[in-house]
Amino acid sequence: MTVTSNILASSRVIVPATKGRARVSFIGARAFLLEVPGDFDLPAQRRIWALSQTVRRWVDIAEVIPGMTNLLSILKETPEDPEIVVGRLLEAWNNAESLDLTGKSIDIPVHYGGDYAIDLPAICDFSGLSDREVVRIHHEATYRVFALGSAPGFGYLHGLDPRIYMPRKTVPSLRMEKGCVTIGGMQTGVAMLTGPNGWNSLGYAELQMFDPTSPTPALMAPGDTVRFVPARIEL
Amino acid sequence: MIEIIEAGPFNTVQDLGRPGYRDIGVSASGAMDPLAVRIGNILVGNDDGAAAIEVQTFPFKLRFEARVAFAVTGADGHPVLDGRELLPWCTHVAETGQILELRQPPTLARAYVVVGGGLDVPVLMGSRSTALRGGFGGNSGRPLVDGDRIEIGTHSDALPLPASGIAVVEPTVALRDVFPAPVDGVLPIRAIAAGEHELFASDGEAFWNQAWRISSRSDRTGYRLSGEPIKPTATIEMRSHGVVPGVIQVPPGGEPIIQMSDANTAGGYPKIAGVIECDLWRLGQARIGSRLRFIRSTHAEARAVEQTAARYIEDVRQTSQMIKRALKAMT
Repeated sequence: MTVTSNILASSRVIVPATKGRARVSFIGARAFLLEVPGDFDLPAQRRIWALSQTVRRWVDIAEVIPGMTNLLSILKETPEDPEIVVGRLLEAWNNAESLDLTGKSIDIPVHYGGDYAIDLPAICDFSGLSDREVVRIHHEATYRVFALGSAPGFGYLHGLDPRIYMPRKTVPSLRMEKGCVTIGGMQTGVAMLTGPNGWNSLGYAELQMFDPTSPTPALMAPGDTVRFVPARIEL
Repeated sequence: MIEIIEAGPFNTVQDLGRPGYRDIGVSASGAMDPLAVRIGNILVGNDDGAAAIEVQTFPFKLRFEARVAFAVTGADGHPVLDGRELLPWCTHVAETGQILELRQPPTLARAYVVVGGGLDVPVLMGSRSTALRGGFGGNSGRPLVDGDRIEIGTHSDALPLPASGIAVVEPTVALRDVFPAPVDGVLPIRAIAAGEHELFASDGEAFWNQAWRISSRSDRTGYRLSGEPIKPTATIEMRSHGVVPGVIQVPPGGEPIIQMSDANTAGGYPKIAGVIECDLWRLGQARIGSRLRFIRSTHAEARAVEQTAARYIEDVRQTSQMIKRALKAMT
């Protein structure tokens, strides 16, 4: 899965970071990251969802954080022998069946273009498409929530058309507005906080997606289906 | 009730954090020096996880609106009550109307004001910590400002405090065998190589061999380090994955970032190493402008250090209980 462009081909090629076997690496002494090989697709993520359910049941696990075809497991205590944990994780991955989380459907009204679409010209340059085409390709797709993370309630959405893949910025925007609809590499999502952000904005959504006082604070959950509905297109 | 009289811009209500919600993108937050909060809470007879004030901009002043036991832990230097210097890492009783002042500590970064009963702000998602990035929790989801008034919880510990207070030998002294002091002003911080370490080839060695300076663009979310940039041998676009405090990521500029208490919950930058969890409080007490060096560590070493720190905490708990029980028996 490689995307190149005439201008940026030499330095900004998108290469999946995982090839070959699943691998487990460390973050500090208690956190173990399992990354799975192969394509960035729904079948791989369904196995991550299954693995997540298995690992959650282990008595020595404090927290499990599914990512995009990867899983971070945080242990309650630092293990004496990390290789045993690595072995258990790899074995659980090898045995993981496919799990299709049946989620809800969420429609997100989007104002494409306009003041918040600060990176739309760059996306056009990179993809070689017109702004109208980029917007159409973005809202015609149906997305799955693969995982949440990065900001409260932020959903990583899979299903972006490879024609509009767009690398994260080398220098992040210092102050991207909450609500910006963005593309980061092979992923798309809606910014949940105003602040530094390395993704590329092509529109804006007003829908509130996080409420800390609710028993279910995040609107999105892994497995949900998301559609972006153009409320307005301003190009 | 306490009233904030003078607060710098970055002082917040924190407890031991809000773990368990990273999978919906919520940072754990919590004190940058959780060891200081635990010890402070034990001293005044609170549960370990009661909420305290984390002071990282000085001077800081508050007025007690009721008679209450308190302790100041964390930073070095002496707290001042109505103009009188007090021992840090020791319980005291404040009378209604008295003013506590914390001045810039000589070397460390963060002080904790712990009161008997804890700070009674609402519990959100299992914690009273301020989630600055999300703007919720703690004191209305924001840092303290002059004039803020915060309720104090009910004190459940039936055991009395000795009139002269209870003091502890602070962790930097009691635990100096397992937390070595800075060498020539360079703080040793233990870390374990992380996922993309090999991608840095010989620059990976440069990462361990140089002293890094904590840049002024550092806060509770992360410490940016200045030094000789390190570069991976290839540019990779990683799939987003969960991260935790202590992860050392290297953005394209080549200067590492260590995620701290308000850490992002997901990342995509190459990770060169991860600070072992038991060393995070020392980073939490490291000041902007100070220098640190990363020391290669192992799970076995991390486990040994954790166990020693846990024994110290347990020892403080047992001893303070013993003293208070003995005092009660005498009265």
